[in-house]
Parts: sequence; C-alpha cells; structure tokens
Amino acid sequence: MADTAVASASPLIPHPRRIRRRVRETADTFTLEIEADDGGPLFQPGQFSMLYVFGTGEVPISMSGDPRRPGVLVHTTRAVGPVTRAMAGLRAGAALGVRGPFGTPWPLEAALGNDVVLVAGGIGLAPLRPLVYEVIARRPDFGQVVLLYGARSPDELLFGRELERWRAAGIVVSITVDYATRDWPGHVGVVTALVPRAPVDPARTTAFVCGPEIMMRFAADALGRRGVPAARIFVSMERNMKCAVGFCGHCQFGPSFVCKDGPVLAWPRVRGLLSVREV
Amino acid sequence: MLPRASLARLLDVLRDDGWTLVGPTVRDGAIVYKEIEGAADLPVGWTEEQEAGTYRLRRREDDAVFGYNVGPNSWKERFFVPRLRQWQATRDGAGFHVDVDEPAAPRIALIGARSCDLHAIAIQDRVFLDGGCSDPDYAARRRDVFVVAVNCGQAAGTCFCVSMGTGPRASRGFDLALTELRDGGHRFHVEVGTAQGAALLARVACEPATRADADAADAVVAGTAAAMGRTLDTAGIKELLYASYDHPRWDDVAARCLTCANCTLVCPTCFCATVEDVTDVTGDHAERWRRWDSCFTLDHSYIHGGSVRASGRSRYRQWLVHKLGTWIDQFGSSGCVGCGRCITWCPVGIDLTQEVAAIRGRAGGT
Amino acid sequence: METLEPILARHLFFQDLDARHLALLVGCAGNVRFPAGAFLFRAGQEADRFFLIREGRVAIEIAPPGAAAHTVQTVGAGDVLGWSWLIPPYHWKFDARAVEDTRALALDGKCLRTKCEADHDLGYELLKRFAQIMEERLQATRLQLLDVYGARG
Repeated sequence: MADTAVASASPLIPHPRRIRRRVRETADTFTLEIEADDGGPLFQPGQFSMLYVFGTGEVPISMSGDPRRPGVLVHTTRAVGPVTRAMAGLRAGAALGVRGPFGTPWPLEAALGNDVVLVAGGIGLAPLRPLVYEVIARRPDFGQVVLLYGARSPDELLFGRELERWRAAGIVVSITVDYATRDWPGHVGVVTALVPRAPVDPARTTAFVCGPEIMMRFAADALGRRGVPAARIFVSMERNMKCAVGFCGHCQFGPSFVCKDGPVLAWPRVRGLLSVREV
Repeated sequence: MLPRASLARLLDVLRDDGWTLVGPTVRDGAIVYKEIEGAADLPVGWTEEQEAGTYRLRRREDDAVFGYNVGPNSWKERFFVPRLRQWQATRDGAGFHVDVDEPAAPRIALIGARSCDLHAIAIQDRVFLDGGCSDPDYAARRRDVFVVAVNCGQAAGTCFCVSMGTGPRASRGFDLALTELRDGGHRFHVEVGTAQGAALLARVACEPATRADADAADAVVAGTAAAMGRTLDTAGIKELLYASYDHPRWDDVAARCLTCANCTLVCPTCFCATVEDVTDVTGDHAERWRRWDSCFTLDHSYIHGGSVRASGRSRYRQWLVHKLGTWIDQFGSSGCVGCGRCITWCPVGIDLTQEVAAIRGRAGGT
Repeated sequence: METLEPILARHLFFQDLDARHLALLVGCAGNVRFPAGAFLFRAGQEADRFFLIREGRVAIEIAPPGAAAHTVQTVGAGDVLGWSWLIPPYHWKFDARAVEDTRALALDGKCLRTKCEADHDLGYELLKRFAQIMEERLQATRLQLLDVYGARG
C-alpha cells in the first residue's frame, strides 16, 4: 500500500525527481541539475545526496551547487562505476531517485572573521563549490579568501569559466596541474606546493580541504607547517556507503560514521587514523 | 512464585491474548529461538556444552526447563530482520514511482530471554532508534513485545556476562523474570518488571515469594556468576585498542581467522547491513532489499575500485576494535554483552577474551 | 643603487646565514632578466649557476623526440632553482624556460664551489639549505607520480 507522504519524508526512501540539465565538465566528469520545484530539501555546503538510478543502484554524490539557488539540486561526479556510468547516460527529462541531504557540512561559521583557505584536489573541487558560493554571498564576513586547486592536467580542470568569476568576486584562485605540456602557461606541480605562499595569516586562517585522501594528508600537513592550527583544518572523508544514516555500518572510519559524523571532519579527529593502513 | 506446572498456563494465556510465542526449542542439534506453541516445545532436560569452536547438546540428569544458555541465534533476527524489502519502484512514463510497504508489527512474546540478550536488544535500540534517525521497520517490531526473561541457572564454557556487566541476573527490559528453582520443589521465582507483566501473572496461579525463595533465587544467580567460563578485563579497553592498531597480535589472529563471518551472524548486537537493488526481467519493476552484512566481507569497505580493508587481518581488527572500542564512542556502551556466541561458533575457536588478553600483554583469558 | 646584500639577506633561503658568508655570496650574485619564452638553461649545458626567482614563472621541462615538451614543474617568486652546480658532473638535466617575464638573482655556482672548498662552514650552510629544497621537490614529485587524481584515486 503506497504512502507517498511517508515515502518522501523518510530518509530511507528515494524521492523521484527529474533531471533538468546535464553538463559535461570533462571527459569523465559531468554535472546533473535536478529539479526540486517543491522547494526541495535545503542543503548546506559539504552535504551529499544518495542518487538512485532506476534498477541499477545508488551512490553518494556531494552537492556541488549553490545552496541559495532554489528549485534545483546540483551534483557533479565522475563516471567510474556501474551506477555513475549509467547516470552519465541519463538525459534531461529522465528521473533519478534522490535521498538526502545527508552529512555534517563545512563549518563555515567557524571561519567568520578569519582568512579562509580552500584546498581542492581533482573532483574535490565539487564539494567545495557550494562553500565558495556561500563565501561570495557573505564576502565581507571573511578576510582573505584563497582557493588552491590542483588537477591532473589542464583538460581535467573543472568549472573553468567560473574560476574567473570567483577571482572577480574577491577570491584569490591559484591553479596547478600535476602534468602539462608547453601550452599550459600556469603552475605545474602539486597543490601542496601552493600552500607556503598562500596570502593568508595562518594564525587566523580556517582551511577546508577536499580531494583524494593522500592529497588531503599532504595538504593538511603543509597547512600545519605553515602555522594553521590543526583544529581549524577540515577535510571531507569518503567511505563505502549504503544507508547514509548510520545504520548499515559500512562507512565507519574508526569511531566516525562518515555519513553522519562526516563527511566533513576536523583534522585532529582524522589525522592519527589516516596513517594507519586499512582502517 | 510460579509452580512448574503453571508455566504452561502462563504461556497459553499469552498465546490466547494474541502474542506469538518465540522461545527456545531443540532443532537440528541446537537450542534455537523459534516460534513455539507452548511450554511443551521448551527444551526440558537439555543442556549445552559450549567451548571455543564447540557446541553440543547433552541430556541433563534432571528435568530443568531452562538448563542451558544461548544457542546460535538471538532475538536480533526478530527486530533487525535478516531480509527486508525497503521499497518497490515501478516505471511510470519517463519516471518512476516508489511504494513503501506498511511496516510489519507482529506482537511477539520472547520466552526465556537471557540478561545478556536483553542488554543486546537495548544496545540495538540505541543503534536503530536513538541515533538521530529511527528505522521504521525496527521501531514497528519493537513497539509491542512481551518479555519473559530467565535468570541463568548455569554458565556455559564461553559465557562472560559478568565481565561485561550484563548478567547473569536480568535487571531491565522484561515484563517478568523467572529464576528456576528445583530444590524443595520445582518452581520459578518471578520478578515483575512492568504493569503488563503483573497483569499477566495475576491471571495465573501463583503465590507470593518467601524470604527463603528469594534467597534461593539469589543463590542460583550467584552460583552462575561464580562459574563464568571466561573473563574479559574491560578496564581502559577503548584506549588500549585505539593504541594497538599496529599490535603484532593481529597478524597472529589473521593466520587463524577464515573471515567466515560466523561471529557477526551469531552476535546479538552486530548490525551491519547492505542493500541490494534488483529488477525483474522486464526492467519495469525494481525493489530494494536490505539484508544482513558483515564487516568481514571485502565488499563492506569497497571504494574506488578496491577494498579499504583488503586483508583478513584488517577485517578482524575492525570487528574487534569496533565491538569493544569504537562502539563506546559511538553509542555510549560496549557492543559486547559477553554471551560467548562468537567464541562457540567460530570454526577455528578464536576467543576474543584471549585476543584482548594478548593485546594487553598477558596470557590466558579464563 | 641598492646593493644585492639586503635582497639576499631578506630571502628565506639565506635566513640565519652569518654576515661573513652572506658577504661571500654577494660577491657571486648578479641581477638577471629573462623575457617570456627565453631559456634560463638547457639540459646538457654546464651547470654553473643557480637562481633565486624574484618575479615571474619558470617551467622545468623535458621534450621527448617528436612530441611537445612536458612541464615537470614550475617555480615562481621566492623559489630557488637549480642544484646541479653542486653535484658532479655539474650539468643541467632539464630545460628551464621562462613562462612569463622573469627577474631573478643569479649566483655564480663555479665561483661558489671554489669558495665552499676553501670554507667548509659556508659549504655546510649551503648544502643544508639545498638538501631541504631537494627534499621538498622529491616529496612533491612523488605525489605527482602517485597520480592521485587518476581514475583509481
């Protein structure tokens, strides 16, 4: 017996929503804009949804859009597994099951009045983009705001044109790639190499770091060496997820449930475990 | 005090009131919790021999009704069911709609629940009801439950509820708690836990307990407490495990552990689950099923094309550190109730009390 | 005209160097400029100097035959470039090309080698500093090698 009020209210039940637009960002990364005409769930930067492709499966994808833009949910992901590859084949008008939002968001309130450093590695820029929008919307509440963004190569850079608009909005954007040929006039090297020269005062800086785990470790270490207090460094963790509400046990990282205690976790909580293998 | 002869009446009244009785009965060489018709299905005169990797049923020399401990299953399969359809979806033009089943709410009466298992139920309540999100199926099944607990009259070789502070006397979570007495007449000392329990008892012939009866019941429980098969030193255990991620003992246990997941299946508090998304042949109808899972599987920690916990060593470590350590930070208590099932049902006889003692740097565990 | 001594003294690389050694280095230093596209050095050439970049960006490159040059790393304002002058046989292993107009301080490596042989304290101070630079570059290179943003990352 169907009970649609229960169905849409329960975090365990996917809510069918239509894809309004699909954008190809790079060769293997795409963004879906999903209709939320009913107002949709409000989300905060750093949170994620569980997206369900009918009959194929469900995956956790970070919100990558503007939390202040009503009526649409935006998610950016790589097509790397069976579900995301199926998702990559969906076009505007197709339906997707949505559960969420889930997770602990980036603690932007902790950064009020501070300098802000965002360190993004690869697809890690996507979960940070909502934070960038929020910072731009409240720009006077922060000191220097710096985005350090590292990607594999120039043609894997995300949101290229937007990065310019962010510069215009008062954010220092430094981009680097791991690998380039001569046509790339910018930085080549790891994103951690950009940390020592970031134009911020470490004593009053809050840092938000997102990317592959190895990159986050090195970035957090570099920030620490620069003098940013560990308790002011936040990372976004990733683990296998099935339920997203702390029931299934899959996403545990030590004592933390990445789905509800995270995905955003403070560096002191995570640092010790990250160097233990197979935790 | 409930005479032995009145036990059947107690269960019959419950059944006639519409409760489904679930209690211990002999099946396939073990005492398991199954739906029973009445007192006649109880394993009268049976006992268990339990040791690491060993479970045998034995005939007793007496006719004790509850002269055994716990078998391979627990009450968790009644509330956190092994397979559950969470929803169905049907294609609908370019989209689909989702239908949710009404949660089942069978009214069950747990007959012969032991203190360790009652603590386990309370622990799972914290996982599924108190964590900020409430599981609707679990909540529906937990809503209407009658509990007739039994205080253990003997300890099995693998029991260590005393170490975990979870028994042998049932202290909460029951409507009635029975202690079986045989000296001076076969009868049960009954402790009333709730108004619902008192109301049931009032409809069955019983007499008030004398001081001597109460003392006899205390003595039975004390005797059980003194006869625990194992001990586990829980002092500072969380900190100990957090500091021991690289302890060489993990290599030792990894050489023995088959990652067969038996321990997680028999454990009354293990709650890991997975979901399966399935379709029919036409591809127009899809369902999501939740089923029990185990941290011992490679799939459990699969991410980005590989498993975070690829080695058996890391998976055993995850289970133990979670059960005795991180669980405390997550839910405010240990995840272990000392029931000993994991020790009994491990095919190679791994004993977590011994593993902890080894990590502490001491031999033994008994 | 400002002498180079205060410029050297301000630079992080030369922090805590005593005045006597600083003076020795100043004697080997000179301002240089490279327009965008110009090479600071080529692979195979004799490595006879090193640079403190003051402004601009330099790409460390290598060109496989018949293919576009790969940029291994870029360095910018504040970075130190070049240690092959310290290590026999004193030849550059890579090309260094200015990506933008670049101003730098060039220090005469050949001259410095002689001074370091004569004054081992100076040699030790320079080697300590270069060891740190090499360690940073090695860690960064390892991270690049790991290709963390690759599909399995």
